[in-house]
This record gives sequence, structure tokens and C-alpha cells, in this order.
Amino acid sequence: MAGTPSTAPPITPDIVAEHGLSKDEHGLILDILGREPNLVELGIFSVMWSEHCSYKSSKKHLGKFPTEAPWVVCGPGENAGVVDIGEGHVAIFKMESHNHPSFIEPFQGAATGVGGILRDVFTMGARPVAMLNALRFGEPAHPKTRHLVSGVVAGIGGYGNCVGVPTVAGECTFDPAYNGNILVNAMCVGIARADRVFYAEASGVGNPVIYVGAKTGRDGIHGATMASAEFTEESEAKRPTVQVGDPFTEKLLIEACLELMEHDCIVAIQDMGAAGLTSSSFEMASRGGCGIEMNLSAVPLREEGMTPYEIMLSESQERMLLVLQQGREDEAHAIFEKWGLAFASVGRVTDTGRMVLLWNGETVADVPIAPVSGASPVYDRPHEKSPPRVPVFADDRLAVGDHDVSLLKLMGSPDLASKRWIYEQYDHMVMGDTVQRPGGDAAVIRVHGTNRGLAVTSDCTPRYCEADPREGGRQAVAEAWRNLVATGARPLAITNCLNFGNPERPRIMGQLVDCIEGMAEACRVLDFPVVSGNVSLYNETEGRAILPTPNVGGVGLIENLDHMVTIAPDAAGLSLVLVGDGGHWIGASLFWRVVCGRNNGAPPPVHLGQELRQGRFVSDMIQRGFVCACHDLSDGGLAVAAAEMALASGIGASIDIPADVFSTNGWLFGEDQGRYLLAVESRILNELLALAVSAGVIARRVGETGGDALTLGAGSCISLEDLRRCHEGWLPDYMGRRR
Amino acid sequence: MRAAVITFPGSNCDRDLAVAFERILSCRVERVWHRDRDLGDVDLIGVPGGFSYGDFLRCGAIAARSPIMADLLRKAEAGVPVLGICNGFQILTECGLLPGALIRNRGLSFVCRPAGLEVASDRSPFTSGYRRGERITLPVAHHDGNYVIDPDGLSRLEDEDRIAFRYLDNPNGSTADIAGVLNRRRNVLGLMPHPERAIEPALGGGDGKRMFEGFMEVAG
Repeated sequence: MAGTPSTAPPITPDIVAEHGLSKDEHGLILDILGREPNLVELGIFSVMWSEHCSYKSSKKHLGKFPTEAPWVVCGPGENAGVVDIGEGHVAIFKMESHNHPSFIEPFQGAATGVGGILRDVFTMGARPVAMLNALRFGEPAHPKTRHLVSGVVAGIGGYGNCVGVPTVAGECTFDPAYNGNILVNAMCVGIARADRVFYAEASGVGNPVIYVGAKTGRDGIHGATMASAEFTEESEAKRPTVQVGDPFTEKLLIEACLELMEHDCIVAIQDMGAAGLTSSSFEMASRGGCGIEMNLSAVPLREEGMTPYEIMLSESQERMLLVLQQGREDEAHAIFEKWGLAFASVGRVTDTGRMVLLWNGETVADVPIAPVSGASPVYDRPHEKSPPRVPVFADDRLAVGDHDVSLLKLMGSPDLASKRWIYEQYDHMVMGDTVQRPGGDAAVIRVHGTNRGLAVTSDCTPRYCEADPREGGRQAVAEAWRNLVATGARPLAITNCLNFGNPERPRIMGQLVDCIEGMAEACRVLDFPVVSGNVSLYNETEGRAILPTPNVGGVGLIENLDHMVTIAPDAAGLSLVLVGDGGHWIGASLFWRVVCGRNNGAPPPVHLGQELRQGRFVSDMIQRGFVCACHDLSDGGLAVAAAEMALASGIGASIDIPADVFSTNGWLFGEDQGRYLLAVESRILNELLALAVSAGVIARRVGETGGDALTLGAGSCISLEDLRRCHEGWLPDYMGRRR
Repeated sequence: MRAAVITFPGSNCDRDLAVAFERILSCRVERVWHRDRDLGDVDLIGVPGGFSYGDFLRCGAIAARSPIMADLLRKAEAGVPVLGICNGFQILTECGLLPGALIRNRGLSFVCRPAGLEVASDRSPFTSGYRRGERITLPVAHHDGNYVIDPDGLSRLEDEDRIAFRYLDNPNGSTADIAGVLNRRRNVLGLMPHPERAIEPALGGGDGKRMFEGFMEVAG
């Protein structure tokens, strides 16, 4: 190369700091280049080495996750994880955060989060078939919360509805710890033919590098860097760095890419997500161990006067970068022209191992690829354990009033209240394969044209993770596994989105490390590997961190949909069977928080061996056709599970309280783990209980279905109508719009 | 029998409608691109739901001016049955085949849920499988399903028995609870609810299937 690429302003320490790079990182850049970078190059290092893109604080620990199983086709490292689902199909899925943009501009932030995760999935050749989202908002009384809920839900719906992918499941909970930093995690699941999975590995010297999709504008410049810093009051001023989504273009891009993929001319394909053209080109070249030369003058632009720096850092949405086989450009161009999308040949693959960027014939950047994308700094940040908490067991001396009052409080509490107001704003039925809609343990999507299904769920209990990060990590994985089992599915694998505060603080880093280790342990025991994921750190505002929130997205397979079960018992007179021991664990429970106003105590432990045994027993009973309905026990314990089953079916139930229980509160509301409530026909009850004994599983009859009320023991009886009003009423009332 | 389903840029229920036609009517379904100019020799035309042209300008307004629409208008006039669902209904009002217009839901939010309907007229190839006054359930999923029409237009629809379906619990603020209307010749039906999403018990009921079965009996 002829000397240093042209530099406009000299690089000062202030400019380095503005790019979020430390002094040491700047020194490393000087070593790599052997000279001072110019502004374009500095911008490239800044985004590629941002926490968001480089995982520099978490990388060391992410390796602890098990990532392999016979059915795993592709684990972490690609755009999304791939698992075999049989009959020549694979499921491709991933979860990702869009927290910071959603707090600043909830509609566009959430919408573009949906768009980004969709692209991660269809870029690998899958047709997206389901969307999920995990939402964590601040306390309902906080002045911003209502506005954020409204904007985020409208944004998710506005994007997902338009692209025509059903949004089928998710979570929405509230806690003051998210007042200044909400979480918006979106997950997408797609299905592809097993012999037609596409990867982002550039190869073939001379092959053209093609830009397709929307044109490039100035939106979202430095979004990845913003997502890698704590929030301050001034963050509001960063609204212009939030990207603007266009789901219409995304829909066209999905169809055009899937059509092109039928043509067998793609060498590599990668969406332009965080850090846009920079990360997509560097990642493709780095995976393929090659170089790329790009002519930025050929990039389709939406605005005049854009500089190479802006073009490389723009996070304009709905764009993809492809490497095509030489000579196939016309064929590909015709497809994108049909769909009305920009198509431009912007460069070619080289064997130099360098990224060379040209602008009006002049070299404006020339950097080696491997050190930028592979050798970003990895930090072993100091970490410190959270102080242990003591268990709290149920005790009937607690003055909490009658059980029916407690149950109504729980069912109408923000975390447990029906989220119908949200999911009715999402098209959850488009594509005609939603065989289990939102509101159950997991949603189920039929594999189009077959009688097989994918069960999908998103789970995490942040208050457990706060109380004991390792136990909370285990629980998040176990609950996802349990929710899939409860539909009759065989759990296959998970994706995750690890949301934490500032990793430079040892307590926060300790939460991250312990959550990861707890999750990894559960994944290993349950044979439920991690195939993709995302890390979102610096979720803090003015020094206040969020609760540790490692959201888990689980996918399971139902080989025969005739054996799928839901949470709704379809008849009266069925026996209700509790699988697992009676409840007594109250610490960190929802009962403790909502009814007793306390939040201390250790979370309920997850006994993974028992979890596996009980889950396998439930699966076996479902496969035998013994189970009419099944619900896992989670927040609010047995009483809430029974109430949700009754509301789902419109058939009441009575729950017995055995005379020998240590505490009736614990029996009804304890959140002991690994448990299920089954509705079974009375004629097979004894056989089922005998099978439980031989499987080494505790199971007992705890009640039956029937009537139009829920009865808890001898004293408490709530009509389904009251229960429903309380459960359905909270969110619409809160949002002030009963529809 | 041969059916056609038109795909506009942004259509997203085109596959669902084609599946319903294929499965219930056992017919061949041509997938027609909006830039084509000829629907071919067909016995049924489906205009599917979705967000044609991203709902830019007004829902359905740009699609209504697509090249394929000239042939659709010709065939509709010649009596070929045309079924427009959701965005398809919006397109049929925008191109003038059906009266009235669809504006933003009264609640201002997208609404996706099963909707109870009353069959208001059974005198059309699309409603002959039902009995007048019968109550059925079809899912709705729309942001702009609030049907508006001027008082004269409304009395004309009522006098000519052209209201096909009415909501039992109006989800969007539609005038006179109208969920679907027929043209004067009764061969064109536009409706907001999705019959193609209710063709099997696994998807929450079979009331939509009966629309296609009824059509088979009359047209097959």
C-alpha cells in the first residue's frame, strides 16, 4: 500500500475517548497498524471492539456453556444456532437484546430489535416461523413505565405484524430495578431445509461482494458503542442514534433472500446488524480467513454527502451483505429488482487478509482483519460472589388473611396478571400453523405441511438471580425445559440473552459469572445445550444496575402433534395430580413479595437430578396419552397453576389441603422447583401413581376439575368470574384503555 | 376448479389463503404476482391479507393501482367470484369494487383475537354454507378494520342485503358492526375476519372452512 491512508483530522486522546476506547486499547491499535489510525479506521476499531460486538468482558466465561449434542448442527459463533428437527428440517433460532434503544425511543427501539433478530435467522436460510419477546419494565408506578410499555408493545407489533411472522410467546414483568433501563429481548425461530443452511464465511478470491436491501443513511451511527456504556441523563440526547425500522422492506428482503437461496449461487451471507457494514464485512472475511476490498462509492446511499466514516458505521436497517459466485450477479440482481430492493456490487474477496476500503478511487482504510475481529481484547474482570441468603420457609403464623384473598392478589399482580392486552396486539396466528397460542406454558408452531411441532418458550426469574445468581441461572434453564416438557415436547436446545449491569464492578461481574455457571450446569444435566446467544452489559442508569436477567429461549420438538397437551383440562371430573413434593419454599417467592411485602430469602433450589426424573416421568405420561392437561408450577406455586388451568378451560377445580402439611401457605403458594400439575382421567389415576412409584417420582392426587369456581381446601372458594376479572383486568386498567 | 391468489409486495396471508383453497376446494391455485397482467382462466380470485406496500399512503391504496388489478376488475364484472380478506378487503374498497372504507381501529391498536360474528346474509357464493342469523367465530387481526360508510351507502347495503357479516362484539368501531360486505352482483366479498385461519380444529375451529365448503357446493 502506498503510505498511510488519507487522514482528515489528527487523532487526539479526546477523539479516542469519544470512541469508547481505552488508552490501552488505543496502544494495541498502534501496535496492530504500526501507525496512528485515521478516523475511519478508529471508528472501525471502536465498534468492533465495543462490548456489544466483541464480548470482551464475557467471552472468557461463555466458553463454559455446553454447546454440543447429537442434534446440534451449528452452535454459537454463527448468526444463529441450528438444530436438527428430523425429516430433513432444521430449526434456526437466536435471542438478542435491544435494551438501550428501546428505553430511549421505545417504538423504534423495539421494532428494530425484532427486525434485527429476524435477519439473523433468515440470513441462514430459514423462513422465520415464530417470534418471542422477553420484556422487563420498571415499577408500574414509575412515571415512564406506561409510556414505555405502550411504545415497546406497539413497536414489536408494528414490525412483526407487518412482516407476517406470528409473535407467539414471551414474558413481561415489572421491577423498580428496571426503572431507568428496561429490557427488550427478542427471539426468532425459523425452519430451513437441512441441506440448505447458509453460513457467513466468505471465500473464493475474486467473488463479488454484494450489498442488498435498503439504502444506507445516517441513522444509528455508533449504536453498538452506545449499547456498551452506562446510561446517564444525557442518554436521552442520543435519540438520533436509534435506528428507524421499515418492516415492509424487511418483508421484501426475506422473500428476496429466500428466493435467491433456491438458486445455489450464494457463497456467504450476513445481515448488517450492530456496526452495520463494518461488522458484516469483517465477520464474513474473518470466518473465511480471507480479505475483502470494498468500494464505498458503490454503496447505495439514502442521503447526500455521507462520508466513508458514516457509511461504515451506519446502522441503517434491512440490509444484507452477500458473497456470490462469480458470474451469477445478473441472476441475483433480477430477483432483487423484482422485489424492488437495492442491489450493488461493492467489492470482491481477496487473499490479502486485509480490509481495504476505497472512496472515489482513494484508499481510506487498510487494516488487517484477524486482529480486528479475532484478537479484540478479552478481559478477565475481577468478580465477587453475591452474599448468601438464608432460606425462608412457609409458616401459617404469618398474618396474611385468607387463601382466596392471597390468590386474588397474586393473580392480579403485575407479574402474574394476564398479558392478553399485549399479545392481542401481536398477530399470533398468521402463517396458519400456531397450534398453541400465547397464554400457556409454551407456544407450539406446526412444521408447515407436517404433523410435527416446535414448542417455544422464554423464561427467567430475575428475582431468583438477584437472590442467588447461580441458583437463578439453573432455574432459568430448568424452567424453560419444564415449560417445553409440559406441552409434550422433547427439549432440544436454548438460546439466551444475558442482561447485566456494569461488568467493571466486581459484584455485577460476579452475578454474570455465577449465572453462567448455574445455567451451564443445568444445560449439561438436562442435555439442553446452548446454540446461540447474546450478551448485554452496562444495563445501569446513574449507577443503579438492573436485576441480573439471563433470559433463556428454549426450543423443543413434538414429533406427533396428536400427543400435544395444553394447560386447559377439557372436562370436569378429572383428577389433578401434583408431580413433585409439596411446597414449602417461600423465600424470594411472588407470594412473599406480593402478599407479604417481603423480598428476602434464598430462592428455591433446583435439584437437577430430580428435575430430570420428574420431567421424564411427565413426558412419558404424555406420550402414553394419560394426560389431559399439564401445567408446570412456577410463580405463585400450586394455587396459581390450578387457577391458570381453570381460567384456560373455563372449568373450575378444587384443590385439597392435606391435614398433615406443615404450612398451608407453603402448600398452596410455595415455589419449590421441578413440579407439574396434571389433569388425568380418574380411571387411569392408580396406574399413573404406580408408574410414578416405579420411576422414583413423588406424585399424588391433590384435587379434581369441575364446577365454576376454584376451591382451595375447605375454607376458600373463588368464582372463575371473579378470578378472571382480577386476572384479566390489571393490565388494561393500568394502560387506561379497556378495549 | 382453478383459483388464483394475488401476491402484492407486503402480502403476508397469501400462502395461508392458497393453502385453504388447495385443501378445502381441492383446486389448483395459481400464485399471481401483482405486476402480471392476466389472472388466467380462473373460477375464483383471492386477494389476501397482509401489509401491501407497507400500508403506506392508505391501507390498500397503492396495491389497488397495481397492474394486475385491471384484469381483476374485468373478471369481477364478468361475474368471477372474488374474495378479499383483511388487507384484501381494504384493496377492494380502494379499487372501487366495494363501497366504504377501512380506517384505523377505534381503540387505535392492532387487534388479534377470535371474533364472534353473525351471518347477516347467506345469499352469496361465499356465505351460502351458513344460515342467516347464525353465529360463528373467525379470527380478526388488523390495525385498520374500522369500516366506515355514509348513511345513504349504509341504507343501500341494508336494503340490498349486502352486509355479509356483523360483529357480535365490535372490535374496531365499524359502522353498524359491519365485518364484511358484498358487491351488488354478490360475487365479490370483502371481510376483515380471516376465514382461512379457521379451517381446522387445531387452529381454533372450522367456521372458516364452512365458507369454502359452501362455495364448493354452489360453484363446484
